[in-house]
Amino acid sequence: MLQTAQRTAKSKTKKTAPPHERFLEAFRWMLLARTLEEKLVSLYRGGLITGGVYIGKGQEAVSVACGLFLQKGDIFAPLIRDQAGRSAFGEPLLDVTRTYLGSRQGPMRGRDGNIHRGHPRKNELAMISHLGAMISVTVGALMAKRFKGDKDFIGLACIGEGGMQTGSFHEGMNIAAVEQVPLVVVATNNHYAYSTPNDREFACHDLVDRAIGYGFEGYSLDGTDLTACLDVIGSAVKRARAGRPPQLVVASVLRLSGHGEHDDASYVPDEVKRQPFARDCLKVAEKTIVDLNLLGAETLAQWRKDAAAQVDEAIATAQKEAPPEGDKEDWCAISTRDLADSFE
Amino acid sequence: MSITYLEAIREAQAKLLRDDDRVFIYGQDVGGTFGGAFKATKGLAKEFPGRVLNTPISEDAIVGTAIGAAIQGMRPIIEMQFADFSSLALNQILNNVGTHYWRTNVPVPITVRLPSGGTKGSGPFHSQSMESIYAHYPGLIVMTPATVEDAYTMLIEAVAIDDPVIYCEHKYLYYHLKADKLPDKGLPTGRARVAREGRDLTIVSYSAMMQESLAAADELAREGFETEVVDLRSVKPLDIDTVLASVARTGRLLCVGESFPWGGTTAEVIARVASAGFHLLDAGPQRLNAKDTPIPYHPNLWSVHRPNAKNITAKARALLRE
Ligand SMILES: Cc1ncc(C[n+]2csc(CCOP(=O)(O)OP(=O)(O)O)c2C)c(N)n1
Repeated sequence: MLQTAQRTAKSKTKKTAPPHERFLEAFRWMLLARTLEEKLVSLYRGGLITGGVYIGKGQEAVSVACGLFLQKGDIFAPLIRDQAGRSAFGEPLLDVTRTYLGSRQGPMRGRDGNIHRGHPRKNELAMISHLGAMISVTVGALMAKRFKGDKDFIGLACIGEGGMQTGSFHEGMNIAAVEQVPLVVVATNNHYAYSTPNDREFACHDLVDRAIGYGFEGYSLDGTDLTACLDVIGSAVKRARAGRPPQLVVASVLRLSGHGEHDDASYVPDEVKRQPFARDCLKVAEKTIVDLNLLGAETLAQWRKDAAAQVDEAIATAQKEAPPEGDKEDWCAISTRDLADSFE
Repeated sequence: MSITYLEAIREAQAKLLRDDDRVFIYGQDVGGTFGGAFKATKGLAKEFPGRVLNTPISEDAIVGTAIGAAIQGMRPIIEMQFADFSSLALNQILNNVGTHYWRTNVPVPITVRLPSGGTKGSGPFHSQSMESIYAHYPGLIVMTPATVEDAYTMLIEAVAIDDPVIYCEHKYLYYHLKADKLPDKGLPTGRARVAREGRDLTIVSYSAMMQESLAAADELAREGFETEVVDLRSVKPLDIDTVLASVARTGRLLCVGESFPWGGTTAEVIARVASAGFHLLDAGPQRLNAKDTPIPYHPNLWSVHRPNAKNITAKARALLRE
């Protein structure tokens, strides 16, 4: 008790302003995402999740910055490793646990799983697996908003350096610039596309150089540094909102997990793991918090506890819910029911 | 006054743009003063500023863009320059728009116009019929109008439907077909049409093959056979009831389609008739498709690569003799 009081007293004297006004808020989303995904991994290991589990460990700082600056009316196209961004954008934890655990009440109702989820009507697009495909979809959503006379909206789409090599991605970037939509594309180079390292993915000097070729403005980013992520992605969002050309941000990190939880990533050599881009963004952010004494130790501990409690509750709820059932399913892939073909 | 199949498509789009703010047209060369490779949007960019937009040669992104716009409440019409190039958009069409409603409960009302099928001298890459590929995948409605009237009313209906529609317009019919006037209303989508009545044989067809099938029916009539010709109008949904009712009258079935022979619409019709109407058949059901090679350039080759009145008649004769 005395110790705690002493620490509080001490921290009061040394407290400084955070390096970004939304640093702590962002950190909290990162913590939630990490806590959630660790839990999902243990459920997967325990055989309680059907299908794959794909986590964003090491990419939370970039991802959270993607979701954090979006406002009502903005369009978000998250991808595989964007739990932090999705949460910051407003996706309820229940969406995640219901989708992973196959609850009939989830947004995908057992029809699709894991990261392939979204709420198109709430402007959170539901990614398809095929990488690169969601860029142009985001462009179209922004064009529609312009057609309708909406004001003050932007779109933000995520991609990996692997997905950047698809034709679909190139077409999407080009058409975004042609249509001059207020779009931010955040590319996270985590140095591997599944098991393939950068040198077999692309041969240009720096991916950000492509921005000029597409007609985008481009920025590089150390994705392990939350402050930098908030600064660079936050500024890109501002610029897009202000009517500047589409923005490309290329962040550098290391994927701190397998491609999915089935993958031990044994192909990542130790020397890569010692590179600066291999730092764990959550640990780096936490160190900043401690070094600058932004939070007391007990607050930090409480935040962890809160995150764990929220995650546990979301999992427990989803686990209690009924799964879909084949003989009760509505096997109709179109909404115009009288135009459904009959195969009876 | 006479109106061509192509003009009907243009008129339908003009009406859609006029009546519905949510409609815009998106495709290669559709805008400006040009009005599309086939002039299906001629004059529309001027009449509807900002709503008939040229795109880069990016079939994937064109469809992706339309998907995003439709999710946000618009009703985009895409023109593919040729159906053949929609192969570059297969991912967006089959995997993105085709799965969207099922996955998310949010329907995506896009219309993809595919200038389809063979014409003289067009060769392997400007002649394809893709309806069977699109019909194979869930989540899409596939229209194949064979008349000027259907070209008009079905395109209007396509845009009104809340789900994605692949609208296969046949390039051969663009100038070959004429009507006196455009109707206000047509048969609803999903309903086949008995284009000619008969009691000896049923020919089921769609799109440009209707012309060839009707010509074959004329020839067969000269030989004393009465052929019933059914126009499917949409290959998905497939109105198998109308087909079965016809087969019940005739006992003989020949399906004619312009796409390649492996699988496809004609095979689908026969499979359904064989399983639901086996007892109605007096002879094995037959089908005629294009040959199993790429589509040839030279007219001498092209004219026999596709089904035509002559080989349809020959096939029908053989079936009638059985
Ligand atoms: C077009 C396409 N091809 C292949 C795949 C299979 N696949 C899924 S994720 C992945 C690696 C993606 O790498 P990257 O885009 O860098 O993202 P990361 O997984 O590293 O976050 C691959 C090959 C896919 N989803 N889409």
